Amino acid sequence: MNTAAPAADPNDLTDPAFLETLRRQMLKFAILQLGDAHIAEDAVQEALIGALKNAGSFRRGAALKTWVFAILKNKIADVLRQRQRMNLANPAPATEDDGDEWGESFDRKGYWQPAERPLAWADPEGALESVHFWRVFETCLEHLPASQARVFMMREMIELNSDEVCAAAGITVSNLHVMLYRARLRLRECLENHWFKPGRGS
Amino acid sequence: MNCRTATRLLSEKLERPLSRGERIALWFHCLMCGGCRNFGRHLTQLRVLAQRFARSGDRT
Repeated sequence: MNTAAPAADPNDLTDPAFLETLRRQMLKFAILQLGDAHIAEDAVQEALIGALKNAGSFRRGAALKTWVFAILKNKIADVLRQRQRMNLANPAPATEDDGDEWGESFDRKGYWQPAERPLAWADPEGALESVHFWRVFETCLEHLPASQARVFMMREMIELNSDEVCAAAGITVSNLHVMLYRARLRLRECLENHWFKPGRGS
Repeated sequence: MNCRTATRLLSEKLERPLSRGERIALWFHCLMCGGCRNFGRHLTQLRVLAQRFARSGDRT
């Protein structure tokens, strides 16, 4: 993330401890995306093999990781597109916990509850440089309902377009809009409560 | 327009072009509502954060 980080060993990928940490991160990411641990393992495996083949051309830890994750993202996108072609998409349970969160954020007339009204975020740029912030971000992401997290990650992290996400997840466009809306609502609130406005409670 | 509708449109604005009517109603609501103005900004920031998160993969 931070380009000012000290240069890492060029042979990062040959360090078993480093490799194991990286593999675990990748797997978590892939499982959320693909919803299947075995397929996720395969995608991670393939991405790592591809990365190891060309590891020599990368000098620094941060660049290395970015690059390995880019390979993984492509692998996941391939699997999702393939699934779509083979029509194997398992429809996401889009109706899971339907509509409960409205009550928490908005009053009966649909206006913000006073305590839930979004505040201006202090120093969003600074957050990018904070290791602790990224842990909060990851935790907030993990607390989304799985189907919402999957759709959100496909859209915002794998950067598939709306049509591709719909096809891959087996959902309609209006379903997608609702799921993304809910995911964003929750994630935004979680980040605000746990980072941008500490002490506000959750 | 209430905040629930406004926030939904702010999210959908990232997915599809809003109609003229939606844009005007949303603009008018946000003129009066600081909470929804912040919400709109946060969604843009959220997109940037998610992309950064995915690209780095390094939060340890």
